[in-house]
Amino acid sequence: MINQIAGSVMILIGSLFFLLGSLGLMRLPDIYNRLQAGTKATTMGIMFSVLGIGVYYPEFILKALLIVTFIMITNPVSSGTLARSAFRNRVKFDERTINEVKDL
Amino acid sequence: MIVNIILAISGVLTGAAVILALVRFLKGPTIYDRIASIDVMTLITTAVLVFLAVLYKRAYYLDVAIVYSILSFIGVVAFARFMEKKND
Repeated sequence: MINQIAGSVMILIGSLFFLLGSLGLMRLPDIYNRLQAGTKATTMGIMFSVLGIGVYYPEFILKALLIVTFIMITNPVSSGTLARSAFRNRVKFDERTINEVKDL
Repeated sequence: MIVNIILAISGVLTGAAVILALVRFLKGPTIYDRIASIDVMTLITTAVLVFLAVLYKRAYYLDVAIVYSILSFIGVVAFARFMEKKND
């Protein structure tokens, strides 16, 4: 009984992270900022959700750890590749974004 | 009883998150905004598959979630490399 309530609360926290990440995706001014919000918040959200189901049904804990490990490794890689491709195609920075490579 | 209420609230929050990402998909000026919103939407779909595993009490929805996360990662990386190679 107690692991059901704890697992449900973890799933609720995970979906709250999803809502905050999508809110940042909608409101931030630039593609580079939107990638930051979209990656960090959704990775944290899916980690909480999947570990929540690992707590809810304790026989699924190995598969849940496998999903969490894979997503923690590959999600920053995909976001970094997308940002690199956007930079090589010369997508403009917003004027409020800190730009350290101004002369390219 | 209270478990059903908490899962219903988290389902509503996840639906709102998908709708917000869809707004950015329709509005985004460059193509990279749309790819970022697709990345977010596929990850939220992976989490929804995990919710359904809790709700229907079946074990094999987690295997579908693993495969879908692999597909999402490969899709975003393939598209980014294609856009980079187009203007060489």
